[in-house]
Amino acid sequence: MKEMDAVQKRLLKEVADLHDIPEGAYNFRANGESVDRRSTKNIEIESKTDKSGIDIRIKSGTKNESVHIPVVLSASGIKETVYNDFFIGDDCDVLIVAGCGIDNCGTQDSEHDGIHRFFVGKNSKIRYVEKHYGSGDGSGKRILDPVTELYLDEGSTAELEMVQIKGVDSTQRTTKAELKKDAKLIVHERLMTHGEQQAISVYKVDLNEEGSSADVVSRSVARDSSYQKLDLCVKGNAPCSGHTECDSIIMDNGRILAVPSLEANDIDAALVHEAAIGKIAGDQLIKLMTLGLTEAEAEEQIINGFLK
Amino acid sequence: MLELKNISFNVDSDDGKNEIIRDLNLTVQDNKFIVITGPNGGGKSTLAKIIAGIVKNTDGQIIFDGEDITEKSITERAKMGIGFAFQQPVRFKGLTVHDLLRIASNKELSISEACQYLSEVGLCAKDYINREVNASLSGGELKRIEIATVLARDVKLALFDEPEAGIDLWSFNNLIRIFEKMRNSNKNRTIIVISHQERILNIADEIVVLGDGKVLKQGSKEEILPEIIGKDYALNACERLS
Repeated sequence: MKEMDAVQKRLLKEVADLHDIPEGAYNFRANGESVDRRSTKNIEIESKTDKSGIDIRIKSGTKNESVHIPVVLSASGIKETVYNDFFIGDDCDVLIVAGCGIDNCGTQDSEHDGIHRFFVGKNSKIRYVEKHYGSGDGSGKRILDPVTELYLDEGSTAELEMVQIKGVDSTQRTTKAELKKDAKLIVHERLMTHGEQQAISVYKVDLNEEGSSADVVSRSVARDSSYQKLDLCVKGNAPCSGHTECDSIIMDNGRILAVPSLEANDIDAALVHEAAIGKIAGDQLIKLMTLGLTEAEAEEQIINGFLK
Repeated sequence: MLELKNISFNVDSDDGKNEIIRDLNLTVQDNKFIVITGPNGGGKSTLAKIIAGIVKNTDGQIIFDGEDITEKSITERAKMGIGFAFQQPVRFKGLTVHDLLRIASNKELSISEACQYLSEVGLCAKDYINREVNASLSGGELKRIEIATVLARDVKLALFDEPEAGIDLWSFNNLIRIFEKMRNSNKNRTIIVISHQERILNIADEIVVLGDGKVLKQGSKEEILPEIIGKDYALNACERLS
């Protein structure tokens, strides 16, 4: 393995909670190239031959195993698009941890676009955690435009935790999912933007067969002069159930456009959406101040709790 | 000791100034259980909020433990040992009961310590400690958690603004027990409860009747209670319903 520097290690800790080599399969990518990789008996990782990226194949019946595929960018001016495909067999139960950290101290923009596709086999269960983080005081922007596509076979479940709390200047994230019979999608997105940052998050979920369900919950905070657009669309094409929720706090001069949408193409599609945008309620601040916090401390506690 | 000297509070209305509190004077001795009662709109809740700093008095002086706190903020007063339980407890998305008790106690509160505060208000800790303080909790549950946050602070002066408001009769009986327990505990703590409830008035050391923004009567329970029983601001719950 090529030795990672201190900045890369710090980024790795932020996006994957990793201090050291994880157990199970992994692929570390730093500054545009793969620096270390391990396949296991049940999880095989191979480089693609036609483009940048990897194929991850998980054997049927694999349970309680994990795959870590973090990416760190610490050099200014790198722009890359990486295609990662996950082929998950039947009856699996696995944890997949992705994430990208960019440290840009230079003047050129750094950009990583991860295109992730998941083909989840029958009755399999995956938990996918994706964290995005940016740091560095250069004038070059830190840009992340990820695409996540999920194809869920009968009876499978995908639980996604998408987190972007700090330091990414511009992001346009697209998440698409197609669900078969009795498949289930659960998404928890947490997003915070500050400064002049812009974040656009688009979800397109198709509930195509009977018994499929989706629960997409986005909680976000827009501070300073940042802007967010949240576009959550769920289509019910069969007897199914879908729920979307955009819950946002705006602060300072932050702006948020929430566009939840539902499309029912079957009489037995039960779809619900909720959206709420507002500043922190005055009585929440007052309550915490009566417990001894200053207004700024109260604000921080409320936001930390909201994005927890 | 808490001293309120010539406290006034006015709000602007269409027909000029509206006086909510008028030149009010009140002294509360340490370690007493005081119930402030009186007709609706008499200024009780406003007075409690003025003491906690949530509402700023237009005129007058507030002296707490010998110090003039009139210009002090909510946070400063809280740090001096004033606690306030809201009539309508505030809900938080994401903050758990444990988070709130940890903030209240101002320390890394262990689960077992947090559980102690919850059991004091009659909640089974393991069912609640990791629950979010959000709309999934009932009015009675929220009220008890609100009281637990005041207990966790170990304050010198605890203010409770109509603790009985918005809870069912079953929860009300439990609430009375909590106040009786607080009343009988040996902690050095002054308690001021805003209430209409005869059963809460019954456990007071002293009763203050507030009306039209002024103190109408103040004295021991034995002295005041017989005078106000039967008045519409001191009825028991069933009578109020009938």
